[in-house]
Amino acid sequence: MGKLLRRTFLIGSAAIAGGVAVGFYMYKTPYPNPISADTAKGESVFNPFVKIAADNSVTIIVPRAEMGQGVVTTLSALVAEELDVELADVKTEFAPAADVYYNRAMLEEGAPFHVFDNSFIAEMTRDIQGVVAKFLAMQATGGSSSTIDAFDRMRTSGAAARAMLIATAADKWQVAAASLKTENGKVLDPALGRSIAYGELVTAAAEQEVPETITLKDPVDWRYLGKSQPRLDMAAKVTGKAGFGVDVRLPDMLFATVRMNPRQGAKMTGMDASAAEKVPGVVKVINLGTGYAVVADNTWTAFKAADLVTPQWAEATYPATTDAIFASIDAALKAGGGFNMRDDGDAPDAVAAASGKAIGARYTAPYLAHATMEPMNATAQWTDGKLAVWCGNQAPTSIVTQAGSVFGLSAGDITVHSTYLGGGFGRRFETDFSMLAARVAKEMDGKPVQVTWTREEDMRHDMYRPGAICEAAAVVDEQGVPSVEFRVASQSPIASTFGRLAGAITPPGNDKTIVDGLWDQPYALANYRVTGIEVDMDIPVGFWRSVGHSHNPFFHECFMDEIARSSGQDPLEMRLKLMQPYPAAVGAVQAVKDMSGWGTPLPADGVKSRGRGVAFCLSFGTWVAQVIQVADTDDGIRIEKVWCAADFGTALDPKNLEAQMMSGIIFGLSSAMGQEITFADGAVEQGNFDSYDAMRMNQSPDIQVRVLQTSGKMGGAGEPGTPPSLPALANAIFAATGKRIRQLPLSKEITFA
Amino acid sequence: MDIKINGRTVSIEADPEMPLLWALRDIAGLTGTKFGCGIAMCGACTVLIDGEPVRSCSIALEDVSGDVTTIEALQGDDGALHVVQEAWIEQQVAQCGYCQSGQIMSAVALLANNATPTDADIDEAMSGNLCRCGTYPRIRAAIHTAAKKLAGA
Ligand code: FES
Ligand code: FES
Repeated sequence: MGKLLRRTFLIGSAAIAGGVAVGFYMYKTPYPNPISADTAKGESVFNPFVKIAADNSVTIIVPRAEMGQGVVTTLSALVAEELDVELADVKTEFAPAADVYYNRAMLEEGAPFHVFDNSFIAEMTRDIQGVVAKFLAMQATGGSSSTIDAFDRMRTSGAAARAMLIATAADKWQVAAASLKTENGKVLDPALGRSIAYGELVTAAAEQEVPETITLKDPVDWRYLGKSQPRLDMAAKVTGKAGFGVDVRLPDMLFATVRMNPRQGAKMTGMDASAAEKVPGVVKVINLGTGYAVVADNTWTAFKAADLVTPQWAEATYPATTDAIFASIDAALKAGGGFNMRDDGDAPDAVAAASGKAIGARYTAPYLAHATMEPMNATAQWTDGKLAVWCGNQAPTSIVTQAGSVFGLSAGDITVHSTYLGGGFGRRFETDFSMLAARVAKEMDGKPVQVTWTREEDMRHDMYRPGAICEAAAVVDEQGVPSVEFRVASQSPIASTFGRLAGAITPPGNDKTIVDGLWDQPYALANYRVTGIEVDMDIPVGFWRSVGHSHNPFFHECFMDEIARSSGQDPLEMRLKLMQPYPAAVGAVQAVKDMSGWGTPLPADGVKSRGRGVAFCLSFGTWVAQVIQVADTDDGIRIEKVWCAADFGTALDPKNLEAQMMSGIIFGLSSAMGQEITFADGAVEQGNFDSYDAMRMNQSPDIQVRVLQTSGKMGGAGEPGTPPSLPALANAIFAATGKRIRQLPLSKEITFA
Repeated sequence: MDIKINGRTVSIEADPEMPLLWALRDIAGLTGTKFGCGIAMCGACTVLIDGEPVRSCSIALEDVSGDVTTIEALQGDDGALHVVQEAWIEQQVAQCGYCQSGQIMSAVALLANNATPTDADIDEAMSGNLCRCGTYPRIRAAIHTAAKKLAGA
């Protein structure tokens, strides 16, 4: 029994809570532990997250992608806290692709209930989604869910290992386990004043039975959690030593690049590669059906030779221009229908018929590229029919599933080595770059091949944030309370993403990401209707940092500003009034009111005018309010200050959460200030940072973040900073200039300094 | 071609038109310098040539005439970190980290020319270095921290 338990491990919050319905039994059957010990190093494996060696070194297996959000540090802290070891001294490894590392919290977030809805049915459905996550066994990093998912699991894995070490020492000393304590990698026997290092216990300890029940530390006793920790990856990242996908170097490795049909997904009908093949250093040009690869002895030669190939590209299967694409979205919106994610009370037109005055507005958001700092790349090698892939990725098990389907391999024949990610933002959830590397390497007789995309290839072959159009209407009563209706149309990121994943079943029902940010906001309104309309088009769309919450809050929160202004209310005070039943929302808005000096006069020294704008968004379980201050200058709009208050429920690492808020804000403001993907002749027109830029140092505002912990439920960090930043900026521009901009990017109507 | 990289003369067999970046990464095995755009728009590939910041993606090997310094050489032979790297750790700057080699090289060049940079000086020197993770507020703080350390030293 000890052996079986040691090799298998599953403790999720559902299992700990107990009392789960009988039908869940099968789902609780544990997955195998994929971690094996390096016996040469005297290592012992305690569970899928913890290894300890005879020399006392502790290795923590990190099951999520480190793409900047700090998971290596925070997830390690969860284990170190309960295992009682020095956090700064632990070693970390990225987990292999394995079912045991599935992400339950991520799919839970996909359940169609408000975060603030803790009713029985909501809890049950979240549990069922957890079951689905396990059956799909998605080891994925997304939905701002890593810490939430790991909170119980990784603390428990540390606590279980600690209990096994204590039990071993108790056996050895023939004393009761309860009389022993631990301290920094040692078991102590206070009665007799003796101690023993973990390293001396590991071999026997790893053979101990995994305890049935474990008591986790009381948060008041936390040593690391709740306090800012120095990042474990910081030293490697300031010395150039952190290994990204592009830094993989293997013996005899070749370097390659790909050029795919710029009309997304369409075929290549022919190519002339003769000029490219003559370039010294070129090893091979490969026809990939929808594009080609050039393999060479260095990346630059591959890039240069790829320019010399003349391909014939087939036509796009979607409308070929931005105008035609948005005409399709508009037609879908006009056609009506769709699904209601919120349908409370009467629609504004019914209210208006009774009371008279309605306001309406129409907003648009463009397609967007992720533009991660590290362009897409992967390295692959085939050995005796088995495939190894090295890359930064957000979903290692998807690579296994996809490669299994594309190449007819079983899971055991595919190894995924995950590296650091030079940015993810949702883009590295996809498997296209790893599959292309595998296909190219398959032609190269067992040699490893690193396939690096040019920036242009990366920007022109993304899974874009879908463009969207929203029509909003409202009627405001005498108390200043609006009845609202939002109708939004866009492509479905869920349908598009799952359509690309081999063997994946598109989750049944409507894609709630189409309306996220509109239907799920904590405004207590009796009349509140939100309709989503899915537009069917072949442009690949996907998850872009905060997904539906990346554009819908722009529509929602700008319109709330319009409602307030049209009814003579202060936009911040109106929110405080309408959010009254939700203390976490009120707390966040009140905090930015205090931080920003909201309502106090702004000096206009040296500028034409100044203004402040406010916005709020609850996303990924975190309640975020922001106030932005802009100045209208001779050079254009300058973003001067951002105040952000975010209620995470539980804040495990405040300084890292501050960094994530700053990051999300700058990411959102970058898009608002000028990003737009446009199409001509079926191809994306932007290619590099000269046509698709982001905020720069000289534009970067002062950002003040306040971390709150009152909501009672842990929220995510990677994404929730982004949503309010766009509407807060647009609302600030209105306050400063009187100009109401209803389309993104705002640069279509105004210049930024 | 002989090129002086990090104090050593390295002989590189390559097309003279090859940008320095690719010779560093794919031939000399120095992967700390990153590829981001290839057109001098992002700064990820920044190295120093005779102390001046240069986008290595946009200078051909045949045009490199001075001493090249990459991120790998900032640490002293004894492993001691450069004061800019120390400041980066103190302010916990890096997120994904991919842009940071270039950011640090630009900051090293700035501080070498200007020991007490103002915010405007920082804007001017650092605006060519893109960071998609939005670490600018902490980069600014770290440059001020490094300047203070240098003044104290
Ligand atoms: S890669 Fe050289 S500036 Fe971007
Ligand atoms: S830290 Fe990720 S791009 Fe700068």
